[in-house]
Amino acid sequence: MSLTNRAGTEPGRTTDSYTPDEMMTVAAARSLPDGAVCFVGIGAPSTAANLARATHSPRLVLVYESGTIGAKPAWLPLSIGDGELADTADSVVSVPEIFNYWLQAGRIDVGFLGAAQIDRLANLNTTVIGDYDDPEVRLPGAGGAPEISASCRQVIVMMRHSRRSFVDRLDFRTSVGFGDGPSDRRRLGLTGGGPSVVITDLGLLHPDPRSCELTLTHLHPGVVLDQVVEATGWPLAVSADLRTTDPPTAFELDHLRRLAAARQ
Amino acid sequence: MMARLTSLPEAVAELVGDGDCVALEGFTHLIPFAAGHEIIRQRRRDLSLVRLTPDLVYDQMIGMGCARKLIFSWGGNPGVGSLHRFRDAVERGWPASLELEEHSHAGLTNRYVAGASGLPFGVLRGYAGTGLMEQRSSVARVRCPFTGEELAAVPALRPDVAVIHAQQADRDGNVQIWGITGVQKEAVLAATRSLVTVEEVVDDLALRPGGIVLPSWVVTAVAEVPGGAQPSYAAGYSQRDNGFYQGWDAISRDRERFQAWMQTNVVERASHAAGRL
Repeated sequence: MSLTNRAGTEPGRTTDSYTPDEMMTVAAARSLPDGAVCFVGIGAPSTAANLARATHSPRLVLVYESGTIGAKPAWLPLSIGDGELADTADSVVSVPEIFNYWLQAGRIDVGFLGAAQIDRLANLNTTVIGDYDDPEVRLPGAGGAPEISASCRQVIVMMRHSRRSFVDRLDFRTSVGFGDGPSDRRRLGLTGGGPSVVITDLGLLHPDPRSCELTLTHLHPGVVLDQVVEATGWPLAVSADLRTTDPPTAFELDHLRRLAAARQ
Repeated sequence: MMARLTSLPEAVAELVGDGDCVALEGFTHLIPFAAGHEIIRQRRRDLSLVRLTPDLVYDQMIGMGCARKLIFSWGGNPGVGSLHRFRDAVERGWPASLELEEHSHAGLTNRYVAGASGLPFGVLRGYAGTGLMEQRSSVARVRCPFTGEELAAVPALRPDVAVIHAQQADRDGNVQIWGITGVQKEAVLAATRSLVTVEEVVDDLALRPGGIVLPSWVVTAVAEVPGGAQPSYAAGYSQRDNGFYQGWDAISRDRERFQAWMQTNVVERASHAAGRL
């Protein structure tokens, strides 16, 4: 994909080009309100959460599954258990405690997940591509994702948009978004609210309030609708009020690039 | 009975047998690499390996043919990508096929908690609606006798031996861990036997804020192995060698390169000299 967008040139906007991944990360950071308690996975979600903390959400509480609560890393950690996270945390708890007392008990506002595959009801696969017993690609597996999906008040999904990842049928359901339909989360006893938005490198998808089906609501600047339809493995629902995401500001890009440069 | 202070080769020879269920725990921090390498050097076979995050240490043990089965919840190289030896075993059966029993972190954690608690099973909100319910994940639904809620039950895990790395032990074999403490306490208490490698044996354990002390009488053997968690780390002693984790991707991708690296850096190394790039 050779999308290099150009942002507007008005004051306060960058005149630099930015990558689709930078747009995705900035959009994800914007979705984190100040003061929220956020369960963060490594990689893009960690970058987005730390960007939010560096910009509009200085009191964002970052919780990593290693048991570090309120981590304030000065650089982006490579793993969820880097020493920087423990050294800067408000509290460090054991793994049984982080999952049972903090996540399961409903103390987390926002969970952040990525996946290899997503379907139209925002169910996620991080387990295998192909048959479980004879996989084409063995992926890492569940980790904390099933319970993050189950218990956080809302879940933000971040992933690059492509036909390989936005699929009609998951090869394996590792984590439940909306299951088989609107009433499924309640039927399954999942206490959290489920996915609130899917943020990709092409745009934003929100679950339809009634059907829960992912609906394209925003295109990132420079992206056209056909691109997203083409990159989605099911007939994509599109909002009647399709909008364009605000491009990254110079302020956001500056902080994002500083974070990336400070990666240890 | 008090823990014995011994050498790593002696402890592995005595405590880890072929066919055992072995849990090397340490959540990113304090991963017992030196002990894993000693198990490889002593050519243990048919192990059922348990770990939340198999990490590089199990990639190495699987690639060297130690494992028959893996009980795990997340098998990747954190922040880097795949564990190539794990994938090769699952996708192509090299060097041997690997039976999988997979969980979520919360599920496997609660299996340890049940084991440590002397309960037959653990209970959690989880698994409902996921494919993990149908796979070989040893999970069942139970109904709460008080509220009627449906919950997930997971069987207690009781490894034959738990292996962990800690910062310090005293000469009586009392062990202290601090920083990210993971699930090591539960693994040790759930297991029949335990081996703890430590950065340092000290005259007096100075208690640390947030530290966990495992009294000598719940530990079987302690071996002093400075640097025994590298390329993972021991808070207060070392930093995580993130460069090694990134470099492992290329080393482990290719079977011959992996074997050559293991031969030079593990098999032919004297005990507890930590392998480095």
